[in-house]
Amino acid sequence: MNKHLLLGAEAIALGALDAGISGVYAYPGTPSTEITEYIQKNSDAQEQPVRSSWSANEKTAYEAALGMSYAGKRSLVCMKHVGLNVAADAFINSAITGVNGGLVVAVADDPSMHSSQNEQDSRVYGKFAMLPVLEPSSQQDLYTATREAFDLSESVKLPVLLRLTTRLAHSRAGVERTLARMQNSLHALYAPERFVLIPQNARRQYNVLLGMQKELEKRSEQSWLNRLITGTGSRGVIAFGIAFNYTMEVRQTFGLDFPVLQIGQYPLPRKQVENFFTSCDTILVAEEGYPVYEELLRGYFGNQNIKGRMDGSLPRAGELNADIIASGLGIEPKAVMPVPDIVVQRPPALCKGCGHRDLYDALTAVMSSFREHHVFSDIGCYTLGALEPFNAIHTCVDMGASITMAKGAADAGLRPAVAVIGDSTFTHSGMTGLLDAINDRSPLTVIIADNDTTAMTGGQQSSATGSKLLDICRGLGVEEKHLRTIVPLKSHLEENMTVLKEEISYDGVSVVIAQRECIETAARKKRTKVAST
Amino acid sequence: MHINIILAGVGGQGILSIAAVIGRAALQSNLTIRQTEVHGMSQRGGAVQSHLRISDREIYSDLIAEGTAQMILSVEPHEALRYLPFLAPESRIITSIDPFVNVENYPAIEDILAELNRTNRPVLVNAAELAREAGNARTSNMVMLGAAAPYIGIATEQLESAIGELFHAKGPDIVDINIRAFRKGQELSQTQATEP
Ligand code: SF4
Repeated sequence: MNKHLLLGAEAIALGALDAGISGVYAYPGTPSTEITEYIQKNSDAQEQPVRSSWSANEKTAYEAALGMSYAGKRSLVCMKHVGLNVAADAFINSAITGVNGGLVVAVADDPSMHSSQNEQDSRVYGKFAMLPVLEPSSQQDLYTATREAFDLSESVKLPVLLRLTTRLAHSRAGVERTLARMQNSLHALYAPERFVLIPQNARRQYNVLLGMQKELEKRSEQSWLNRLITGTGSRGVIAFGIAFNYTMEVRQTFGLDFPVLQIGQYPLPRKQVENFFTSCDTILVAEEGYPVYEELLRGYFGNQNIKGRMDGSLPRAGELNADIIASGLGIEPKAVMPVPDIVVQRPPALCKGCGHRDLYDALTAVMSSFREHHVFSDIGCYTLGALEPFNAIHTCVDMGASITMAKGAADAGLRPAVAVIGDSTFTHSGMTGLLDAINDRSPLTVIIADNDTTAMTGGQQSSATGSKLLDICRGLGVEEKHLRTIVPLKSHLEENMTVLKEEISYDGVSVVIAQRECIETAARKKRTKVAST
Repeated sequence: MHINIILAGVGGQGILSIAAVIGRAALQSNLTIRQTEVHGMSQRGGAVQSHLRISDREIYSDLIAEGTAQMILSVEPHEALRYLPFLAPESRIITSIDPFVNVENYPAIEDILAELNRTNRPVLVNAAELAREAGNARTSNMVMLGAAAPYIGIATEQLESAIGELFHAKGPDIVDINIRAFRKGQELSQTQATEP
């Protein structure tokens, strides 16, 4: 037995290691985190060192990966779907510069929003940037496709987007490895005409990218990721990415034999799709995510013979499964046992003993003394403060938005304006917003909940914690008098309330850092220490 | 062979270790496997589930379709009920009867047991007690794996050797306690099966 039991995310990691990457760059984000973690855990076992520590955010990660590619080596950059929004500037423009060493960007989408604020479909970004996109449907295919993505990238001299979704990222299966290959040697590319994107270069390079599109389509036509499963009958399914699995499951369960066109590489293989259309009368278009290609295939006026998310054959939102595909094909659902009435919801909650609980207890008590008590917050475990019994925060939009939204509200006259942000989110996207507030002398209080880690995604190393955070705030221009620290513990409630009250009442920029390590991370550290002694 | 198992519990109760053991054992038995996990926000003290599918033929979907699970294996009695729509006819629930109460409106345990007893011959296990007897209250999950073992279709030796591999890094004592816990669950389940 030489199969490894791997998560889809881990299969990408192993594929990238065996493809000979010299580095991985990433910011943690569910469901993409395990790609980088797997490389971190296994980098010692590699013949040549692989650089793998966490980046401050997805943009810095992407640019570093591009730099490694510029230097001639292969690099992998990973993020969740919304992370690609942060890296979008670098991503889109790297399609114009092209690459030197192979560059693969693995993006994990989260349809049904298990751990996200939206279910945006990264394939749209792929089209937008006019880059090749791969969307394998099994763990084994993820491994193989990741390996090959680096060859594709080096051959067409473009970054390759590898898209997966939550289910595949977080599902295990046996994966067989092929022989690992060596890393590229350093061979930096002196090509300012490609990499200096001043207009005359950018225009030429953009034409190069446009000229490549035919070639990319040809590659799709030949790709093993796009294939026809022959069958009988006039009804067929075009199954994109993981939708292929559910479609085949329905075929197997109900003993059906309809033809299936599997799509796992973009741009769309036009000829294969055309052929499929001529051989079928009606076609169900099954995409995990937005109806990106359904819309294109229907055309502007709608094609009556196409079924999918846009005509209600499949639900417009949320992830797919075999039951949904079956009903999209008109198969009656069978009766199943209902969930008993006594079953109640068990929503996620802050851990017992978590410092955020004590921070919110103090903050809510202080805020209740003001007429307006809006608290702008951010993305992390502390977002759970929005739920019962806390109801302590009132916004959570995107990474870093707590500080900048509080600033805008303060500019509009809202008093007090309070932001709550974690240490990792602060270094990801909060620092620049704080600088804006300082430059404008906007009256607001930023509370940095410093738990010494990126807790929500499982306790990854945070870019700046403790004294480093204080130094950053000082460097940005926060006055020493209004840069305070507290320890969020029940026994400190009174004094914490006093500090918060003083700073929230201050008519300028103040920062209160609540320092207490995440108890989960602390426990994990203790366990590893015990295990290693 | 072909089996779909819904694993259920609350974040932090160790259902992923159960999945890891069965997964390893299945792979060693040259079977195909798919097993989903829940990570991220939903993990924090919330309801967690894992779909585990093992077969000697190709498996396409990572998710189990409704009405097609041959087993719901739960480390918490209330959580077992949440996934009833997945259970195939004539299939059974194997669950711990130790409630994990972290919500205010948690139902009365008598009502939960009544619902469980309404299903097809459930295997109800006093997992915490057996785990303590095995030497560590934290091994409830291995007790439950043992209770499920007679119904999974993978040899006991394969499962025990997978437990050994999984806990290897934590030393021989931990391995022993977990194997003891596994056997306690298995024993109970076998006795229940022979009762009329
Ligand atoms: S993981 Fe850490 S930060 Fe998150 S809720 Fe638990 S103790 Fe708090």
